[in-house]
Amino acid sequence: MTSLRIFAVGGLISYRALFYWLSFWIFVPSLVIAPIFQILLFAYIGRSAGLESDQFYVVGNAIQYAAIPCLFAMTQLIGGEKYQNTLGAILVSPAPRLPLFFGRVVPVVGNAAFVAAFSLTTGSLILGVHIPGSAILPLALVILVAAFSCTGLGLINAALALRIRENAVLSNVLFGFLLIFTGANIPVSELPGWMQAVSERIPFTHAIEAARELVDGAALSSVLDLIGTELLIGCVYLVAGYLCLRFFEWQGRRHATLERS
Amino acid sequence: MKTVRLLAVGWWFQLKMISRSPFEGVGQIIYPLFFATVAFFVFRAGDSPRTLLYASLGAAVMGMWSATSTTAGAAMQRERWHGTLEALVATPPHFALVLLPITLAMSTVGIYSLAATLAYGHFLFGIDLMIEHPLAFCLAVVGTVLSFGSLGFLFAVMFVRFRAAWALGNLFEYPVWLIGGFLVPLALLPSWVGPIAWVLAPTWGMNAIREAALGGTPLPDLALCLVLGALYIALGILVLDRVLGAARKRAALSLT
Repeated sequence: MTSLRIFAVGGLISYRALFYWLSFWIFVPSLVIAPIFQILLFAYIGRSAGLESDQFYVVGNAIQYAAIPCLFAMTQLIGGEKYQNTLGAILVSPAPRLPLFFGRVVPVVGNAAFVAAFSLTTGSLILGVHIPGSAILPLALVILVAAFSCTGLGLINAALALRIRENAVLSNVLFGFLLIFTGANIPVSELPGWMQAVSERIPFTHAIEAARELVDGAALSSVLDLIGTELLIGCVYLVAGYLCLRFFEWQGRRHATLERS
Repeated sequence: MKTVRLLAVGWWFQLKMISRSPFEGVGQIIYPLFFATVAFFVFRAGDSPRTLLYASLGAAVMGMWSATSTTAGAAMQRERWHGTLEALVATPPHFALVLLPITLAMSTVGIYSLAATLAYGHFLFGIDLMIEHPLAFCLAVVGTVLSFGSLGFLFAVMFVRFRAAWALGNLFEYPVWLIGGFLVPLALLPSWVGPIAWVLAPTWGMNAIREAALGGTPLPDLALCLVLGALYIALGILVLDRVLGAARKRAALSLT
């Protein structure tokens, strides 16, 4: 019961307290308007270069932009404790680590899914991309899985925040990395072989592919393998993130660097 | 003479500080390279007659704008957080002479970004950097940096009332990339976008750089870019006087 309370209440409180983008004046420009302009930018670059349709860029960028809340929010929710001088108090508490850290993941997944769904809807309306009614629920599932998957990467990023100072730079680098490798804007087949191999092993690639197929009219059953792969990748990253957190916590105690900021 | 010295010393001092900041220095050079990579792949895979050099120049100026837009919006607020705003406002020279070098230094960092993007495109994607008018190209880059710094100055004074000024600065990154015609010709955008693009100095700066590099007449574009930059400074000073007057009246200068 205590673990459940730490998972649910602790996760929600830390989200509200530490993810300062919840302020209206930051949330709207950064997570509502900016993704629309990213979609428009790449859709028009695509038109300018004569590559792919608007639908390709709307779906790709709407899902890829979920990386911003996933990466930055997770970093804030864990690395932010360091800057508020509360990390030590959290880590000396007897609270079990699994619900403590995973409880912080849930609000981030919800927020990222909202950002992706809103961007997809608005981008489609602006550029006149038709989404079949039958695809809406399967798309919601894909978006949720994509958000979960990238939050796993966000947890690794958050763990690194216990060790390095420049979290914002690292988050931006990871965002840029996902922009290139996930096929959001470049068809994966156009990437060199080694990049395709990387692409297969990172969040979003399979979700974006599944979402594009659904918008093209495919049935949910035909993309279940892609969704399953995305989910599996998310689980692997989440476990890796948890192990990194425990490792850096141990390192921080050993070298007395937990609160180095 | 004193004014020129103040601007020059302020610019150099700020440039040195920014160059050592991982976010404003290193980050602003690396981040645009991701967008440049996407642009190179998209233009290479597409069937457009526009060349990779076209994309390379556009991506390079995107980096220049990034260096300004994401940081200039919060330039005045940064001084507030550091606790130096009151001291700077109280100095005898007009506060605009203190603030302008800060945003100019931010846009100067964009030259690193421009050079890095062009070199990156050349060495990794084999983009041939044939500049038709090298002198005009250099002038166009300097003019564009000045106009970007001026627009950053206007952002800094206009956003000072917002606690989240940095978020508003970030917000203007994508729209200017798009409307300024960096990678998308204005002809492809809806016609109502045209007048917005015309009042943006980055549009003319981009044109001047591209005309100089690809062979054309960059000087009219450069002149328009500089005139708009001067207008931004004039407008910025008017806004600044109003903002500072109101802040003094309400004793709200140091509020965060």
